[in-house]
Amino acid sequence: MQIQRDVMTYDFVVVGAGPAGLAFAIRLKQLAPEKTVCILEKGSQVGAHILSGCVMDPIAMDRLLPDWRKHPPAICVPAAKDEFVLLTKTGRVRLPTPPQMHNRGNFIVSLGSLCAWLATQAEGLGVDVFPGFSAAVPLIEGGKVIGVRCGDMGLQKDGTPGPNFAAGADIHAGVTVLAEGCRGSVSKRLIKEFQLDRDCSPQTYGIGLKELWRVPAGRVQPGLIQHSIGWPLDTKTYGGSFLYHLDQDRVYVGFVAGLDYEDPEFKPFEAFQQFKNHPSVKALLEGGEIQAAGARTIVEGGIQSLPKLEMPGAILIGDAAGTLNVPKIKGVHLAMRSGMLAAKHLTESGTSAGFDARWRTSPCAKELRKVRNIRPGFRWGMWVGLVNAAIETATFGLLPWTLKNHADWSNLKKKGRIENHVDYVERTLPPRDRLASVYFAATSHDEHQPAHLKVSDTNICATKCAEEFDNPCTRFCPANVYEMVEDAGKKRLQINAANCVHCKACDIKDPYEIITWTTPEGGSGPNYQNL
Amino acid sequence: MSKILVIAEHDGEKLNSSTARAVSCAAAIGGDIDIAVFAADGKAVCEAAAKLKGVKKVLRVARAENAKPLAAVLAPQVAKLAAGYSHVLAPSTTFGKDVLPRAAALLGVPQVSDVMKVKDPLTFERPIYAGNAIVTVKAPEKPCVVATVRTASWAGCGEGGSAAIEDASTDAALPSHSRYLELKRDKTDRPDLQSAPRVVSGGRGVGSKENFAIVYKLADRLGAAVGASRAAVDAGFVPNDLQVGQTGKIIAPDLYIAIGISGAIQHLTGIKDARTIVAINKDPDAPIFQVADLGLVGDLFQILPELEKALEKR
Amino acid sequence: MKILVGMKRVVDFNVRIQVKKDGSGVELAGVKLGLNPFDEIALEEALRIREKGMQAEVIALSIGPADVQQQLRTALAMGADRAVLVETADAVQPLMAARILLEMAKRENADLVILGKQAIDDDCNQTGQMLAALWDRPQATFASAVELKDKTLKVTREVDAGLEVIEVDLPAVVTTDLRLNTPRFVKMPDIMKAKSKPLATVKLAELNVAAAPALEAVSYAAPVPRKGGHKVESVQALVKELHDRGVLS
Repeated sequence: MQIQRDVMTYDFVVVGAGPAGLAFAIRLKQLAPEKTVCILEKGSQVGAHILSGCVMDPIAMDRLLPDWRKHPPAICVPAAKDEFVLLTKTGRVRLPTPPQMHNRGNFIVSLGSLCAWLATQAEGLGVDVFPGFSAAVPLIEGGKVIGVRCGDMGLQKDGTPGPNFAAGADIHAGVTVLAEGCRGSVSKRLIKEFQLDRDCSPQTYGIGLKELWRVPAGRVQPGLIQHSIGWPLDTKTYGGSFLYHLDQDRVYVGFVAGLDYEDPEFKPFEAFQQFKNHPSVKALLEGGEIQAAGARTIVEGGIQSLPKLEMPGAILIGDAAGTLNVPKIKGVHLAMRSGMLAAKHLTESGTSAGFDARWRTSPCAKELRKVRNIRPGFRWGMWVGLVNAAIETATFGLLPWTLKNHADWSNLKKKGRIENHVDYVERTLPPRDRLASVYFAATSHDEHQPAHLKVSDTNICATKCAEEFDNPCTRFCPANVYEMVEDAGKKRLQINAANCVHCKACDIKDPYEIITWTTPEGGSGPNYQNL
Repeated sequence: MSKILVIAEHDGEKLNSSTARAVSCAAAIGGDIDIAVFAADGKAVCEAAAKLKGVKKVLRVARAENAKPLAAVLAPQVAKLAAGYSHVLAPSTTFGKDVLPRAAALLGVPQVSDVMKVKDPLTFERPIYAGNAIVTVKAPEKPCVVATVRTASWAGCGEGGSAAIEDASTDAALPSHSRYLELKRDKTDRPDLQSAPRVVSGGRGVGSKENFAIVYKLADRLGAAVGASRAAVDAGFVPNDLQVGQTGKIIAPDLYIAIGISGAIQHLTGIKDARTIVAINKDPDAPIFQVADLGLVGDLFQILPELEKALEKR
Repeated sequence: MKILVGMKRVVDFNVRIQVKKDGSGVELAGVKLGLNPFDEIALEEALRIREKGMQAEVIALSIGPADVQQQLRTALAMGADRAVLVETADAVQPLMAARILLEMAKRENADLVILGKQAIDDDCNQTGQMLAALWDRPQATFASAVELKDKTLKVTREVDAGLEVIEVDLPAVVTTDLRLNTPRFVKMPDIMKAKSKPLATVKLAELNVAAAPALEAVSYAAPVPRKGGHKVESVQALVKELHDRGVLS
């Protein structure tokens, strides 16, 4: 059946209204107001799908919109104090704060609120921002990216058009700017299509889970920034917690686990909840209430995993490329700066060609080069990782080697090979389980649409994967999307697509690489508020 | 002292039980309680109304135009009849919700919808944001207070009254621009899930589409509607218009029996206002037991047939 | 034929609302706002009537502060011909809304006014009925099907007992129930076109509508969380308790 599609043309189309995409559009309009640019955002509103710790280095904001401090975004608490601790099951040891983790001059923000704030600035400059519209697939013609096709709306479960069917529009643009964030689905296709990762290490990731809590009065110290390592993770699993104190008796509490973990029985959500029940954290949270919760994967590969940033007709910016600085735990300023550099490059040259080289000679690339060996060093465990980190810091990253990365899914050991040594506690704080947590993400997917998580071979699930890895998807998904259920005596995979919070962990970690995350109907997914 | 007029709901022959609940609310306000019955004849309805506890007088407003509950026809009469009363109440059913606001506007007064609690004759609690917040509102005293009564929040006032029945009429001008055509009752004998006073719901624990038959059977025994958790719908046991919960239907029945339902928050959102929640589940730690008024731990495939039999006997 | 569609801007239905700690209201700062879902259904129905060839002009109307224009642009993008904002910074309760809608219906010479049956913030379910009363015209509430024939409407209404069918003469007020239709998706080119469709603003004070008496909101509270009861040992015990509670009569 021939589907009639609307075609809209812009000079630039940006996929994703995150900090990179918004900074790009704003800078573009500042430099060349006559150029047309639109931003496609799959969330129902700007900010609905984005979340991060988040402690932001204001350098990019100061350069992009120097007056921003006069009318800051909704949540914006100046950093006051840093603490870095090592946790044991019952104890807590203060460690010296690593140099990269000093936050004086920085701000604790809600990334979602920041993006909503940036979107208002962008619209004021004439950028067309379209929330509720997903870019489903790239449009390629003659070996060049000519734009993107928006997702169809109103499909039925079997994929056929329903009564309300609206075909997704084709957006044509001179250059397509991919700013989808970590493990973007269109970016993934294009990286493959143009072999942009041919000469770099595989990308690696972490999964971040976060909750916003309102706690009883008198406990919060606004501006206090706390990070921990150690319990409840074992020394082989990379990760740790964050606890950021806001105003109005609110705190951000969260946890990150490297997705290169080996134990197929590991549950990131459980580790997060365990952390919250550590005596020192429980004392803060007990009696409070959860206001919001969410999860998202984080790009961790650093400069050695950065693919080529340009292809004919398109570029990659922000975390879609992988510009996040892991040791600093900061990605927002780098995402924004890559967007701003892209705007400069495109207004000057008019083509994607040359952007990659330009970025690699920029101060941001230098920043990433300096810390490139820190995260990979943790593959030898926490203690070696810390020693390596100290050496790399002391030598400013000038040592002549670069540690390579391995794909996260390939790190999973077969089940039964790992003995779990970590002692968990009995936990009492909400949320009780992932389903209860998902409630606070306010995620929604219309019941009628096809499941947006495509598993290419579900036969593997009940047989090979169950034997080898005990179906890890049922554990690493923070939203309980994947379940193995018994149906008439046989086990099968059940996909509860409606719970999905669009974190992309499944796309990354499934050991057979058979899960592909695709965009659901525009506007579906989480509705993060103040995260 | 308050003088309260309760507008009765009926089908021409039988008094609807929602009226007794509205009378309970009137009793909480305190004062004299009269009931108005608008009907073509309505004698049987008036007799039933006169038996309600605490009712002083039943006003029978009988005329041909009142044969069917058309808001445009009833509201002007309610507005005229309201003279001399401090309060006009109706149950918050589709009947009351249709008629009463029209009467309120004719009287030039705001209406309090879905009264849950009476704090004093002018101050009431009502739900907003789908019951996720409760607001206490104060209504202006003059000329009168108009309110609908949330049936799920009030028990019936019971019988024991012996009110006088009086014929009444008004000189209200009745319009001809609205005409009642017909009432199509539900095709199945099973009540509508959204408004049914009793609901029997099945969850993932029921196990299969075929097994759901025992849920339907129990529902039929109780004259109840059938619902399901999202898990049961996702697993294909039942169609999705049976889904109860955050993304399905939010209901407030008198009796909700949850069978093989674990009680995820999303489901509880849909039933938090049910009067009595009964849970049957084999897992004693299932979250549903934390909100169920009555819980029975065990194998639902053994319990349900037993339950059906026990209900049959009584 | 002129169809006036009343549309209210409310807190988005996905938002988890919080009551302020001091009970003075609901936390609305920075919360996502959108069109009342029932009103979108109302607009969709108006558009369908127009698309059936009824030569209708569909006018979207809202009452609120200036930035409600954003929601009216969405209505225009959905297909409304033009939009009107009655601008006021004050909260408007149903009786006042009805008075304003009456004034606008008269000014526009509306043949039909369609509203959502209730707003998902205050859940009042009154405005349509009150408008019809003040206008001295029919009301067809909780509509799940609407059939227009010349100057009459045959409306199927969702009532507790089933589906009630009534017939009303135009001009009339219809309020929509959930099952009336599924609103269409907004298309990107229509969003762009909506930017240049007519959107007029008129200040409430200019309308000469008398201020309506209102309810006073005294305090707000979160609902009392439900507490569990107890477990029983057998089916017999369960049935007995149910009878004792009067739930089985």
